[in-house]
Amino acid sequence: MSIEKTDKPHAAVDAPAAAGDASVAIDPRLLVREQGFAGYISEFKRKMRAGDLGATPVVIGLIVICAIFQSLNSAFLGAENLNNIFVAMVATGMMSVGIIFVLLLGEIDLSVGSVSGVSAAITAVMSVTHGVNEWVAVLAALAAGAVIGALHGFFFARIGAPAFAVTLAGLLFWNGFMLQILGSNGTINIDSDGVVGKLTTYYFSDVAAAYGLALVAVAAYFLTAFLGNRRREAAGIPSRPMSELVLRTALLAVAAFGVAIMFNQYKGLPLAVLLFAIVLVGSDFVLRRTSYGRKIFALGGSVEASRRAGINVTAVRVSVFAVAGLFAAVGGLFWASKIAAANQSAGSGDLLMNVIAAAVIGGTSLFGGRGRTWNALLGVLVITSIQYGLALQGIATPIQYMITGGVLLATVVIDSVTRKTQKSAGRA
Amino acid sequence: MVHVSATPVLALRGVSKRFGAVQALTDVELEVHAGEVVALVGDNGAGKSTLVKTIAGVHPIDEGVIEWDGKAVAVNKPHDAQNLGIATVYQDLALCDNIDVVGNLFLGRELKRRGVLDEVEMERRSRELLETLSIRIPSVRIPIASLSGGQRQVVAIARSMLGEPKLVILDEPTAALGVEQTAQVLDLVERLRERGHAVILISHNMADVKAVADKVAVLRLGRNNGVFEVKTTSQEEIISAITGATDNAVTRRAARSNAEAQK
Repeated sequence: MSIEKTDKPHAAVDAPAAAGDASVAIDPRLLVREQGFAGYISEFKRKMRAGDLGATPVVIGLIVICAIFQSLNSAFLGAENLNNIFVAMVATGMMSVGIIFVLLLGEIDLSVGSVSGVSAAITAVMSVTHGVNEWVAVLAALAAGAVIGALHGFFFARIGAPAFAVTLAGLLFWNGFMLQILGSNGTINIDSDGVVGKLTTYYFSDVAAAYGLALVAVAAYFLTAFLGNRRREAAGIPSRPMSELVLRTALLAVAAFGVAIMFNQYKGLPLAVLLFAIVLVGSDFVLRRTSYGRKIFALGGSVEASRRAGINVTAVRVSVFAVAGLFAAVGGLFWASKIAAANQSAGSGDLLMNVIAAAVIGGTSLFGGRGRTWNALLGVLVITSIQYGLALQGIATPIQYMITGGVLLATVVIDSVTRKTQKSAGRA
Repeated sequence: MVHVSATPVLALRGVSKRFGAVQALTDVELEVHAGEVVALVGDNGAGKSTLVKTIAGVHPIDEGVIEWDGKAVAVNKPHDAQNLGIATVYQDLALCDNIDVVGNLFLGRELKRRGVLDEVEMERRSRELLETLSIRIPSVRIPIASLSGGQRQVVAIARSMLGEPKLVILDEPTAALGVEQTAQVLDLVERLRERGHAVILISHNMADVKAVADKVAVLRLGRNNGVFEVKTTSQEEIISAITGATDNAVTRRAARSNAEAQK
């Protein structure tokens, strides 16, 4: 890759009329992006001033959290602790991906905790108590999650009941359903060498796995960005300068290989993290690159506009709740794998709150239409880091709850304040 | 008026529409030619919106005939109207604030390449479209929320142009817009006419009507109350047709004495 390309003139003026006709003076109100790297920085400054913070606050927050815990206990950034954080976050993170789909519609799903419990219970009862093949049991649990979600979606989208109330009813009902199928003894232990057991205990011990994944991720990112850019140039529309592309790829490479080195210092690449990465990339692709994803964003922006554009509002809503149910079931399996059992407390306690908090802390708007599934990764990293950092200090759950609550409040405050700034800057 | 064809693109003949006990439209006649802007005016409740919705296929007509290019057609669903080449831009804009301009222009008819959204082609066509309509907006990649009311209105109109419609219906496009923004929208209406589209413009603003319309069709209480050539009609005459002031004895007498005085 040649760095000299940056000096080539790019169609950086982002004004349709001015681009084609040089004799027309550029309207001073138009956003004119400077060329090259300086343009990237000035664009970033403009976004910050306008309150378009994106993921910046949560990244800064994560750095602060790491710095504080590392100064309190040098084991925090050790390979073992970081590895444990990464594996532990996957259960909550998977459910958070599902809830982000619902939040993008501007709705809420309160039932994901209970549905995750149902999924764990179904798998355990089928495979352990009744001796069904574990793969079949897992598929049945995932299907049950999707069907339960679709059922909630039906009551919301078709009958017109508020999603809040429908899923609150679901929270109670499915928790009771789980207790019922678990039966009198309450806890069913899962074979830790089985399909579900291995979800969080399997590691690719070969060092090539983690490095290979990092390499594939970086190369794939660079290639898609580079080819996309080439197509944009060929079509004569503004493209990112090469320097920006290289910088982004370099940042990603540092992060990916840093994490890979960390995994390899412990037991290698965890299967759970690989699966979470696949889900994140896949769901991000669906949301931003397919017309289905575009429909979800459209519904989050304006239901009436979507309807007039010919979008089947009911179908999209039902499907989104089914997606949330499916990911809740996936999260339930990871949760069961972590504690090697399906028990009565599955899906209760602070799980639901952590799932929603992770999505919001990561930068997903509660008002719909704004967010990405990567928010789940950032948010759940923050929450799990706090949990593990405090556990390392021997600080008990009550303090954990209060600190997580404080972080959530801080996030929502930042969100509300930036929204005001965005309004005054005309970008709300 | 640039070039007006002999056969109207759209003609309504004796159209009536009832909602239960309410007779919303009675024997309404309307003709629109290609390259012609017809302003549809009337007081609140005169039936403008109902008339537009019958053309757009939202409310099927009860009696009468809708002729398209001289042939009688059935318009029972919004889809029928779209297939004929009728695009409607409603007063509430029907854009998604959180999606960028390109995404909104192609909402519901995204271009795909191997099953994946073809952002490059959509952006290229968006720029092309905005350029041919001489629409200036800060960037095609910023969310609609960042645009002013006038810019949103032109984006909504541009969106309707993607299907190459023969007839564009604009429902109060300049309501709630500032002076300059109104001018932008009116410029765009003139460009639509230059490109040979037939335009029906609903407006309450007489200045706008005088500025861009070729003909003014007045509705009053669900009936035709005259069609005027804009060039040869004064604002007062149109207003009196709207308010029904022409129907009372005083105005008739005033008009008579005026006419005699001019002889």
